[in-house]
Amino acid sequence: MSNGYKAGTRLEKILAAGKFAVTAEVGPPKGTDPEPVRKKGEKMKSACDALNVTDNQTAIVRLCSLAGCALLKQVGAEPLMQIVCRDRNRIAIQSDVLGAISLGVGNFLCLSGDHQKFGNHPTAKNVFDIDSIQLIQTLKMMRDEKKFICGEDISGNTPMFIGAAENPFADPFEFRVVRLAKKIKAGADFIQTQAVYDVPKFARWMKMVCDRGLDKQVHILAGVIPIRTSGAARYMQTSVPGVAVPDEIVKRMKAAEDKGGADKKLKAEYGREEGIKLTLELIEQVKQIPGVHGVHLMAVGWEEAVPGILEKAGLLPRPAVEAG
Amino acid sequence: MIKATHKRLERINEMIAPHSEVLVLGCETCTGICLVGGEKEVARMAANLRLLNRKNGGKKTFTEGVVRRQCEMEFLDGAASLINDADAVVSLACGVGMQAIAEHFPNMPVYPGNNTAFLGLSPELGLFSERCVACGDCLIDRTGGLCPIARCAKHLFNGPCGGSVAGKCEVSPDVPCIWQMIVDRMMRLGQLSKLEDIKGIRNWKTNDAVGPRAYIREDLRSTPPKLDSVVMKPVAPKGGAA
Repeated sequence: MSNGYKAGTRLEKILAAGKFAVTAEVGPPKGTDPEPVRKKGEKMKSACDALNVTDNQTAIVRLCSLAGCALLKQVGAEPLMQIVCRDRNRIAIQSDVLGAISLGVGNFLCLSGDHQKFGNHPTAKNVFDIDSIQLIQTLKMMRDEKKFICGEDISGNTPMFIGAAENPFADPFEFRVVRLAKKIKAGADFIQTQAVYDVPKFARWMKMVCDRGLDKQVHILAGVIPIRTSGAARYMQTSVPGVAVPDEIVKRMKAAEDKGGADKKLKAEYGREEGIKLTLELIEQVKQIPGVHGVHLMAVGWEEAVPGILEKAGLLPRPAVEAG
Repeated sequence: MIKATHKRLERINEMIAPHSEVLVLGCETCTGICLVGGEKEVARMAANLRLLNRKNGGKKTFTEGVVRRQCEMEFLDGAASLINDADAVVSLACGVGMQAIAEHFPNMPVYPGNNTAFLGLSPELGLFSERCVACGDCLIDRTGGLCPIARCAKHLFNGPCGGSVAGKCEVSPDVPCIWQMIVDRMMRLGQLSKLEDIKGIRNWKTNDAVGPRAYIREDLRSTPPKLDSVVMKPVAPKGGAA
């Protein structure tokens, strides 16, 4: 863009100015009602620099991320469109990107996508025409060369701030940094990591990232999932691919809930309280790690807690950015 | 080699309902080797179908035969009288052998007695595992001789994904992450740096993007063949990040 930005989104400006960025996830409904997305957007828009709209996360059919982004735009929130390679080929993906840009979406996140085995259509055939790194390459080519994969020209402007995910808790541990470097080489401008619970391991990974100088080439936002029950912690530990929840976290949540005794309401309240405390600790700890430029909150089904958490974390109000 | 499994007996029995003289025809090559197409398996399948038919009060006759390779017309010619004497064939070959019968004997009904599973090997007795998807553009020079298209649940070119934990794939604790195996092997081979290169967007024309595939060996021919599939040409990526 003429102003020196790649897309000029609020998220890009915050990161370019060296400020600590905040993003959060908005899960669209398993249905057609636009209100849940609009409501979440209303509640979170002033607390976050961008809101990720998930793309059929864990392979469960939901309102599409493109429509989710458009709904967020309607309420003045800044969307970040997640795109997975599982469900669409290069023709559909490039078409969706054109549509998203035409509706004013400027932030994108390129993902492989959870395997369909985990979702509600486990008998579906997956696509994976391109992989997540090739998807980053595609968006970069569309933006910088204004060309499709086939080499033909794209008409109109293609401003995009391109993101990717990385999971520091997956294996092989050392190779995760190499893969991050590949994503940067492919064209990633920012990274949102998988949820961090094991802070020392994340810090070790970040050290390797910084040793390679990668923190100077890409903005890394540490993923944080606020949990409100020990059951949710246990579920993530056993059933969500790529999320590593140490036993101590489950025990800690359980101990907090147990303070409520037999009173279910009280139990839930203690759980929520402990979950928020834990989230605040995690945010504070990752903030201190060199090379971390922001946090990404994935409060699945608990989005209403996000503004309060950010307030308590001292991340509100969000810094102003120049217009245009 | 091609690996296959038997179809359920009841299902085969349903298929052959309209016929009275059924030939169970095996193949000694791929399905014979994975023990669903050889002489013994043909005898067992025919005996089971016979029993089931008798139990249901049927009067079908079942004959048995095995050819060296069902996918080659010369071998099918050798069994022509056997085939023509029946009024239906249950093939215990792979999908290629079954279709060879359909092509070579235009008036003979042929039914699948097997499900063709995949191209694979048998790492130990009684275990058969997939290794190749016949994608037409082998890339394993870059992946330590191991194929991520066949063996990664997401067919990733630049893996591993974030679901690789402790050497296992996110889809099942029984499945090793092929990308972990690739990284380990490249490390052993002293070629890990090769994995730093991004494998660019692939041309799927050699796989399934064109319809049925064919290739011609001109050195074996003096005249052009009568085509029945799209002729594959050497891969030449057009545009994109190859």
